[in-house]
Amino acid sequence: MHTKEFDYYRADSVDDAIEQLEAHDGAELMAGAHGLLPRMKTGEESPPALVDISHLDGLATIDRDGDTLSIGALATHADIAESQQLKQHSSALSDAAGEVGDLQVRNGGTIGGNIAHGDPRSDPLAAVLALDVELSVQGPDSQRTIDADDVFHGAYETAVRDHEFVTGLGVPVQDDAVSAYAKRRNPLSGYAMVGVAARLRLDSDTVTDARIGVTGVADTPFRLPAVEDALEGESVDGDIVEEAAGRVEKAVDPSELRGDSQSSGEYRAHLLSVYTEKAVTAALNRAG
Amino acid sequence: MSRHDISLTVNGTEHELTVEPRTLLVDALREDLGYTGANVGCDTGRCGACTVRVDGDAIKSCTTFAVQTDGASVETVEGLADDGDLDSLQAQFQENHGLQCGYCTPGMLMTADTFLQDAEDPSRDEIREAIEGNLCRCTGYHNIVDAIEDTAGLAGQSQ
Ligand code: FES
Ligand code: FES
Repeated sequence: MHTKEFDYYRADSVDDAIEQLEAHDGAELMAGAHGLLPRMKTGEESPPALVDISHLDGLATIDRDGDTLSIGALATHADIAESQQLKQHSSALSDAAGEVGDLQVRNGGTIGGNIAHGDPRSDPLAAVLALDVELSVQGPDSQRTIDADDVFHGAYETAVRDHEFVTGLGVPVQDDAVSAYAKRRNPLSGYAMVGVAARLRLDSDTVTDARIGVTGVADTPFRLPAVEDALEGESVDGDIVEEAAGRVEKAVDPSELRGDSQSSGEYRAHLLSVYTEKAVTAALNRAG
Repeated sequence: MSRHDISLTVNGTEHELTVEPRTLLVDALREDLGYTGANVGCDTGRCGACTVRVDGDAIKSCTTFAVQTDGASVETVEGLADDGDLDSLQAQFQENHGLQCGYCTPGMLMTADTFLQDAEDPSRDEIREAIEGNLCRCTGYHNIVDAIEDTAGLAGQSQ
C-alpha cells in the first residue's frame, strides 16, 4: 500500500531538523515512523514532507544525572524495556515500554515520537503521567520543558508545537517510590484497551504520595485524583487498595470514555477499576 | 516529487537503487531488488510476514520507508540458508512441521532467528512472547514453538 507522495529530508542535527520543519510547510518529524506511517497508509495523515531524525547521534542514551534519569528521544521501546536503571527506578515506564506492540515494533518505535504523536491508546503515556516525567523540547529560538500534566491535550494532540523537537525525557529518581503498569490489551491492535500506571511514594507502610496515569480509556490520557487521594496518608495494609480502586467508577463518566467494538464506555469504566487495583497492587509488591 | 539514490547491503551484497520517499522497504526488497522472501500479509504492521533485520534488529519492512534505511545492512530470510543447505532453525521448522502454507514462515524465521541470538534456553512462554508480532493462520503455533525450542536446545548442546 502506498502513502500519498511526500518530500524527504534527512536531518544532520537537531537545529537542522527544526530548520527543515520551518522551511517546509506542514512537515513532520519522523524517527521510527511507527505512529505516523500506519496513519499515512490509511490517509488519516498526509504530511507533504518528512524530516528524518532517526540517524541523529547521541539522542538514544539513557543516563543518570543526579536525581533524574535522562532518556534521549530516540531511545526505542526495546531500549527502555531492557534498561536496568529504568527497571530499578521507574518500573512503570519499563513495564509500559515492554507492553508496546510486539518485538519488532519495540525495536522500531521511539519514545520521543511516541509521546509527541500522542496516540491516546499508547502504553508509555500512562507512565509519563504517573512518574511525573518532564519533556525537554527544543524550538527554533529556545528550549523549554513541559510538565507531564501539561503534555496531553487530546487524541494526537500534545503541547509540542509545530516547529518543536522533543529531545528527551527526565524521569525523577525517588528512592521511596515504587511503580508498575497494568494493561488490558486490545487483542486486535495490541494497544491498551485500558492501561494504568501507578506510582506510590512510601514511608514504611504509609503512602505519602500517589500518582495514577491512565491510557486507552478516553481521547486524552488522564490522572485519577479520586484514587490518588484515597491512597494518600493511608497505611497500605488492609482493604485500602480495593477501596481506592472502587472510587474509579464514580470518578469517571462512561459516556465520555472511548467505546468501540471491543468495549463499551461502561465496560471500560469497569476495566479501569480492575486494572487500577492491579497496577497499585503490583507497585506495592515491588516495595519488598 | 523527489527521488533518492540509496544503497542497501542485503545479505552481504551491496545494492544501489533509486526510490521514491514513500517506497516501503518491503517493496524495495521485493520489487526493486528481487528478494521476494519477505512477504506482505497485512500491510499494516500487524502480521509480521514482512519481518527482516535492519542493522541487527528485527523490524517490519512494511512499516519502514526504504529511504530511511539508506546505508543500512539488511538481512532477509534468503540469507539464512548456506548455498541451499538449511540452517539449523529452518531445519527444525521442517522437522517439526512448523509450517503449512508457508506464508508467515520468512517473517517467523527472521523474528525467531533474531530472538535466539540473545536468548539462551528460552522457556516456551518466552518464545511465544517473542513471536507475538508474527501471525500464522495455519499451524496453531504449537509446532513453531517446538521448532524454536529445539533449535535453542541444539545450540545449547553444541556449546
Ligand atoms: S505485512 Fe508487514 S506486518 Fe503484515
Ligand atoms: S504456515 Fe500458513 S500462515 Fe503460517
